[in-house]
Amino acid sequence: MLRFIVRRLLQALIALFVLSVLLFAWLRSLPGGVVSALLGERGTPESAAKLRAQLGLDDPIPVQYWRFLERAVQGDFGVSNGVYRGQPALDVFTQRFPATIELSFFAILIALTFAIPLGYFAARRRGGVLDTGSVVFSLVGVAVPVFFLAYVLKYLFAVRWGLLPPSGRQTVGINATHITNFYVLDALMTREWDAAWDALKHLVLPALALSSIPFAVVFRITRAAVIDVMDEDYVRTARAKGLTARTIRGRHIMRNALIPVVTIVGLQIGALLAGAVLTEKVFAFQGIGQALAIGFELRDYPVLQVLIMMAALIYIVVNLLVDIAYAVIDPRVRL
Amino acid sequence: MTTQASTTAYPSGAGGGEPLLSVRDLTVTFGRGGRAFTAVDHVSFDVQPGQTVGLVGESGCGKSVTSLAIMQLLPSRGNTVSGTVSFAGEDLLSLSDAQMRDRRGRDLAMIFQDPLSSLNPVVPLGTQVAEVLQRHKGMKNAPAQKRAAELLDKVGIPDPTRRLKEYPHQLSGGMRQRALIAMALACEPRLLIADEPTTALDVTIQAQILALLKELVQDSGTALIMITHDLGVVAGLCDEVNVLYGGRIVERAGRHDLFARPRHPYTGGLLASIPRLTEERGRRLTPVPGSVADNIPWDHGCAFAPRCASEIGVCRERTPELVPDRPELGADRLLRCHNPLESNPLDDAPTTEESGA
Repeated sequence: MLRFIVRRLLQALIALFVLSVLLFAWLRSLPGGVVSALLGERGTPESAAKLRAQLGLDDPIPVQYWRFLERAVQGDFGVSNGVYRGQPALDVFTQRFPATIELSFFAILIALTFAIPLGYFAARRRGGVLDTGSVVFSLVGVAVPVFFLAYVLKYLFAVRWGLLPPSGRQTVGINATHITNFYVLDALMTREWDAAWDALKHLVLPALALSSIPFAVVFRITRAAVIDVMDEDYVRTARAKGLTARTIRGRHIMRNALIPVVTIVGLQIGALLAGAVLTEKVFAFQGIGQALAIGFELRDYPVLQVLIMMAALIYIVVNLLVDIAYAVIDPRVRL
Repeated sequence: MTTQASTTAYPSGAGGGEPLLSVRDLTVTFGRGGRAFTAVDHVSFDVQPGQTVGLVGESGCGKSVTSLAIMQLLPSRGNTVSGTVSFAGEDLLSLSDAQMRDRRGRDLAMIFQDPLSSLNPVVPLGTQVAEVLQRHKGMKNAPAQKRAAELLDKVGIPDPTRRLKEYPHQLSGGMRQRALIAMALACEPRLLIADEPTTALDVTIQAQILALLKELVQDSGTALIMITHDLGVVAGLCDEVNVLYGGRIVERAGRHDLFARPRHPYTGGLLASIPRLTEERGRRLTPVPGSVADNIPWDHGCAFAPRCASEIGVCRERTPELVPDRPELGADRLLRCHNPLESNPLDDAPTTEESGA
């Protein structure tokens, strides 16, 4: 087990290194570039040249990359040259990271809470109204773009009916203490119930929008897995033993059916991070997704680099955790 | 319904007295309308307490479906079951799901063909044995696990306490089948149905499992329905044998009578197809020609006629009925054939030592 984890982390290091090279080259091949983004229409050739020198952009790209790598291994990812001008790029990540985690956590929570039971019951009543209805619904869930769904939700629930806040993480001016930057958690720890409720309300719409794809995918996988498992001989054995419906469902069907679901949840983390970019943008939710979107507009290389590298790291770590979870739920898997 | 042998005058089995299980006119149909397929067609038989009854036939003859219908383990949709299955005086087919659940695993138990796929891969063995005890005997987990270890010991699994925490993939095929037997016998059921319990095992293990089953049912007085295509299994175990073909019983006889004088050509063919050690080497096996796919519907005559060496004209014109056979060939024999065998086909073979037993 330990050897497995160490090996996977070493593989992760190599993956991150390769990614950093590709990312560096790719960002710098984007049209436009940081100088015109920063100076805009007021730029003169002189000021542009000055800025280029200042940012070290006159050096050949391999030299720039080497400088980046040298600093990065020491934890210095450079300083933002976008809206967070002067702030260390890593700080941009650490300040906003909790917001995205909070959002993703609630999104996956919503998805799993509904998708797994629904998948089970749809499988049990295959071809029934609930089954057909949820299959169509989940198809819509996958097919509708996240940003479109986000705008629809925002328009209906925030603008038209005014039930929920349209944007942000917290009502401006509310009395809230920030410790971890997980707003709901902070407010619960400090027993600021109003602030907790407020933060939670801000989460509902973006989390719903973000949960649509994981919901649809998890629902479909659960349904298919339950259908498969129900035909297994060991379920027949369980029935031949006269076990209660509850034991058969929990111990014999779901424990086996959830194995592929765990894998898919791990893989969905990637989709979740991608969806967060769009969702956070629509709801002006101050997470890394929003920072990424703004970073692209201003060609904020240091911030983009750190955010994308971190996203890759998260993806790798989550899938490592999934593999470990796999070994826990399926005794046949040896790490 | 279709023309078929009425079994209202079905003679009661050799043991006399009240049978433990009495199956009458059990019929299972899959699908409906023009596509309906009758897998089990008016099958009737009795099992006396402690008796071992064989259901014998090749794949597709309806033997497994019969057992699943008795246990009510057929899929809930897409099939129709009719007839009666009375077990200790109750008609199982009229019980509710919940009532049937209370009896399965406690009064009637079943073991299956493939021991690996019949065990849950992600649940420890101890739990899989103990859950039957917890369900039917109201035992708490700790005593149930302790009892589970005793049961595993009884079926010959070494070091049972350690095995409780192991998973099915860590056991050999024979051990897995032993574990399934332990689960089935945990609540000392009055009837055990074994559906080809040795088919997935290698030959030496087969013999061990059969010996174990024989010992356990004799010790506990459990009645056993042995479902198999292997007449070798029948010879070692069964008191009475029902031979099924195309969903109907074609011959019923006591074990000795059946092996001494098979009457239905299909039974004769099954016996002739068993390889014998005393044969000269290299002689080809004698299979029953054709396959179940060649069957004609029972409505049009005898389903076996297209494969039958003893076929006569009437076989494809009139459906044979299941009627009492000549009493001098054995007590309570039943036969469904227009032109039964008059001599044992094995008498023509070089040796007959093993046939009677």
